[in-house]
Amino acid sequence: MKMNGGQALMKALENEGVDILFGLPGGAILPVYDPLIDSSIRHVLVRHEQGAGHMAEGYAHATGRPGVAMVTSGPAATNIVTPLCDAYMDSIPMVVVTGQVPYAAIGTDAFQECDTTGITMSVTKHNYLVTEAADIPQVIHDAFYIATTGRPGPVLVDIPKDIVDPNNPRSAMEWYTPDSHDLPGYLPNIAGDAELIRQAAKLICEAERPVLYTGGGILKSRGAEALLELAEMTGIHVVTTLMNRGGFPDDHPLCLGMPGMHGNYTAVTAMQEADLLIALGARFDDRVTGKVGEFAPLAKVIHVDIDSAELGKVRRPDVAIQGDCRVVTEELVKALKEMGGSDAQPDRNQWRSRISGWQERFPLTYEQSKGDELLKPQYVLEQLRDSTPDDTIVASGVGQHQMWTSQYWKFNHPYTWVNSGGLGTMGFAIPAAIGAKAGRPDRMVWAVDGDGCFQMTAQELVTAATEGFPIKVALINNAYLGMVRQWQEMFYEERYSEVYLTRDVPDYKMWAEALGCVGLKVESPEEVGPAIAQANEINDQPVVVEFRCEAEENVFPMVPAGMSNSDVVVDPSQRDRPR
Amino acid sequence: MSSAPGSEVGGTTTLVVRVENKAGVLARVAGLFARRGFNIESLAVAPTDDERFSRLTIVVGVDAAPMEQVVKQLDKLVNVVDIQELNPAASVERELMMVTVRADSEIRGQILDLVRIFQATVLNVGYDEIMVSLTGSPSRVDDFEDLLRPYGIVEVQRTGKVALPKLVKSTPDPLAP
Repeated sequence: MKMNGGQALMKALENEGVDILFGLPGGAILPVYDPLIDSSIRHVLVRHEQGAGHMAEGYAHATGRPGVAMVTSGPAATNIVTPLCDAYMDSIPMVVVTGQVPYAAIGTDAFQECDTTGITMSVTKHNYLVTEAADIPQVIHDAFYIATTGRPGPVLVDIPKDIVDPNNPRSAMEWYTPDSHDLPGYLPNIAGDAELIRQAAKLICEAERPVLYTGGGILKSRGAEALLELAEMTGIHVVTTLMNRGGFPDDHPLCLGMPGMHGNYTAVTAMQEADLLIALGARFDDRVTGKVGEFAPLAKVIHVDIDSAELGKVRRPDVAIQGDCRVVTEELVKALKEMGGSDAQPDRNQWRSRISGWQERFPLTYEQSKGDELLKPQYVLEQLRDSTPDDTIVASGVGQHQMWTSQYWKFNHPYTWVNSGGLGTMGFAIPAAIGAKAGRPDRMVWAVDGDGCFQMTAQELVTAATEGFPIKVALINNAYLGMVRQWQEMFYEERYSEVYLTRDVPDYKMWAEALGCVGLKVESPEEVGPAIAQANEINDQPVVVEFRCEAEENVFPMVPAGMSNSDVVVDPSQRDRPR
Repeated sequence: MSSAPGSEVGGTTTLVVRVENKAGVLARVAGLFARRGFNIESLAVAPTDDERFSRLTIVVGVDAAPMEQVVKQLDKLVNVVDIQELNPAASVERELMMVTVRADSEIRGQILDLVRIFQATVLNVGYDEIMVSLTGSPSRVDDFEDLLRPYGIVEVQRTGKVALPKLVKSTPDPLAP
């Protein structure tokens, strides 16, 4: 079938199962926006290209399917670099199509030209500059394959205008449906080595104080069920990193919650005291390990990861298994069953009682606001958690509110936590929540945002209002760049430098209304419940609820940067308790 | 990827990287070194017998240990097909040098002596300069360059080394599976 490159691009995207595209047109990508009108793919018109990227990420977080964004050349391409880097750090499957100046004009400083593939080389899993219209079907097929297999990640496809412009003879091509990939350097391996899996099973059967240290690889590999089976069969406790919140139910008695810099005391301490860490799809991030040389000093390590470059990158494992987390976990369960299943596990009662002792002495805690104090953010999050359906999807920005959300929410379902972990991208919440709602319109979607983050990407609420994505935003307004303020308080002798944002400017309620949302403002604890109930009732419009919170509330526990996890600082009210 | 133990001598590592012969691949490979502040000491690139692939011989002035992560990251590049870390003791290395040396009529004879001893080749002769070339192991090329230096090197161009693993000398074990 004869067609032009623009039509081929649309057809190729349809063939990959794309149902929604987040984007914003401009000069170089203009010809592709014409065949878009005739396509089955829904396009969501964003207000800033960064929004398109984070929406694609949010969609991928919530559905497991690759998110797709399409923007023009030059400034649009540079605007989407942050989401690309974010997706690269958090292994999010995403395909971004960028327009480019005509092939002959590349390298001439043409209008809205930039070296997109050069700029994005180090923040994508792979990228392409397509030079011929005839290459479009194969490149798109390869791009989705690379984005979604192995360790997932973002792939960028840069398309010069001439090969998609029907008025240019270079766009003429004959359609073909690619059915294979010629990628001799890309052969992702799924299965783990059987002998290594047996060795891992043996270590598990010998361990007296084992901990399952589970990361984003569990969710990426759809391995939550396998993890549940492994944990229940062995009775081993599970910590879920920021990237695996929801990968194991928080309400499960074996769940210790989030480890790391702001993790639960018990999760942090159990890892420190463990004699075996079973790391599944986790990467020993500095926010989890604290001072690496003093991290889990007594533990042997089994490390399972799809990416062999992660094995031994930070901590030398005793057993390193390269493979898909779900597949390897299932094989591990089989190997353990052959060794006797739960009967082959040693008596770990002493370890269990140490864990429950920590849980009793060091639960998450905060002091409810008194008198005319403003709200405590933890209280807001508890109320929100308890007044929304169990399978609510929660997106967050980056900072104190993100840590409180991860701490206080009960994630009992996979793919309900949408967040920027590795890159720590402020402003992620609102566009990511829109993407999640686009992917899961059946679910309630709340964005928990800080006032600093909100001001970075609030314009996408216009997208939510006009495109029909009734997300809800819980805005934790503490008038500060709160996490930076906390560091200045704790580590810079309370010398506050450029962290005060002001309490009343902007007027968030009015701003929300101007953006096409319902705006609510909450100042006292009694108002919190009713405001959330009101927001939950609104399904035809986005809602922004501004919770006016205490500025001086800090996130605890906290392992100060560069310190050992053994030096975790607990809430002031718990500091005299025996560790 | 195969990696030979002890492939690092004097704080340098030699990698032989087979890549797809496509635009931009060299930039991807070089970027992984640049990002970590690792300087590439020499680099030789040419297509292989299979025109779909090119072979890069990269010498990096970094010990094997910090290189481990770079090698793993290199292996992740979609266009990188395979990587060998070459142990100098277990490989044959060659480099080509072209050099122009000051050589007025009085000292030309001394330089030609060196050319004979090293079995180098005279490429071009000028009024008071001479251009010669030498192919050999990198250390032999170093020696030749050192000996020419006192005469006054006008210009020197070295290719960077290329290398292949040494061949098996022993007969295969007939009882091996």
